[in-house]
Amino acid sequence: MDIIWITTLVIAVIAVLVAVGLVYAGKKFAVKVDERVVAIRGKLPGNNCGACGFAGCDALAAAISAGEAPVNACPVGGGPVAEAIGDIMGTKAGAMERKTAFVACKGTCEVTKNQGNYTGIQDCRAAVLSGMNITDCTYGCLGFGSCAEVCPEQAISVVNGVAVVNRSRCVSCGLCVKTCPRGLISLIPESRIVRVQCSNRDKGPVVRKICSAGCIGCGLCAKQCEFGAIEFDGTLARVNPEKCTLCGKCAAKCPAKVITTPVN
Amino acid sequence: MKSLIMIIIGSALISNVVLNQFLGICSFLGVSKQMKASISLGAAVIFVITIASAVASLLYDNVLKPLGMDFMKTIIFILVIAALVQIVEMFLKKKSPAVYQSLGIYLPLITTNCAVLGVALNNVKDGFNFIESVASGFGTALGYTIAIVLLAGIRSRINEKDLPAPLRGAPIVMIAAALMSIAFMGFGGLNI
Repeated sequence: MDIIWITTLVIAVIAVLVAVGLVYAGKKFAVKVDERVVAIRGKLPGNNCGACGFAGCDALAAAISAGEAPVNACPVGGGPVAEAIGDIMGTKAGAMERKTAFVACKGTCEVTKNQGNYTGIQDCRAAVLSGMNITDCTYGCLGFGSCAEVCPEQAISVVNGVAVVNRSRCVSCGLCVKTCPRGLISLIPESRIVRVQCSNRDKGPVVRKICSAGCIGCGLCAKQCEFGAIEFDGTLARVNPEKCTLCGKCAAKCPAKVITTPVN
Repeated sequence: MKSLIMIIIGSALISNVVLNQFLGICSFLGVSKQMKASISLGAAVIFVITIASAVASLLYDNVLKPLGMDFMKTIIFILVIAALVQIVEMFLKKKSPAVYQSLGIYLPLITTNCAVLGVALNNVKDGFNFIESVASGFGTALGYTIAIVLLAGIRSRINEKDLPAPLRGAPIVMIAAALMSIAFMGFGGLNI
């Protein structure tokens, strides 16, 4: 027989054997994958940021389908993703509002008197560890931008010595919250915008001496509030988001202008 | 026995598959970013190349050579190796999910790795029998693992350094790989 025919025949036989083998192996070693896992994984954003507390989107999809995580566990995807996953799982997503990072400090270079004499590593965490006098305010933003560095979306920038969040870019992954050595950053629901933008717990006169944009605990805001939404943590005013109706009267009255309003 | 050890050392160090024969460069440069991943890939490569060279050797000795189909070996090896890796992947997924978790993602990468085909073809070229082919496959894969783990170690050091901007990323990795290749030429002096 001609060598060409032998070759053709042998290759055809090998190909058929391989094909049969693959199909057989595919049947025999088929692993049951929950269809919902695949569907949920398709709805998740795929950042693999780990903000949900699981090791990436695949792990979260598996956990949701197994009922170990709520359908709204993905903070990046927020409401729309939770709804889509809720449809797959056949449960209601529940109210989930998009959260954004909020920096509770307004101490820019103009309003704080002393910017310190720290010359070490230009990193907030290193600066705090050094124990040196960095700013007069021992609660405020250091402005070295460690939070901006870890932000995967470049949503944080240091403007005039204070970290500022670009809320439209924030994906609420929470990395900045973990990074800030002074614990100034928190994730708050997008609409709950009336917040006290200061973290200083010192007494009024001390605060006034070092920063003109600090909460001095005068209590004017609490008097203005008709809903009792302002609570005091020592001398530091805090807005209770449960009671706040976003009227903005407290912000208008605040002498240090340290309460954010729905407008700004 | 002695000759088998010589084959393993020879294919792992003297004619290292990556640094001397320049096969499998894509995964060598791509997956060497992290030490952990490169070790996993190395383990997967050892696993696949050893099996593939055994199967290729059996196929060549028992089918291709008696039928005089020597000229078709490249195509048949590609066909058989690709199918083999697929089956191994399915098998691992079912029988050993733990191993699949650590190696699984690299198996499709290896399917198209030229190093696997290169070993099978080199074994034929060197006239190895079945046992020698398996030893050569294992040695080659060991050489690949050594090379990728070394490069991953070098890269983890490079990442800490303040490099000139034009060298950052791929260029410095190329230079590091080239220097490794030159260093491995030294094994050419081994007299075995």
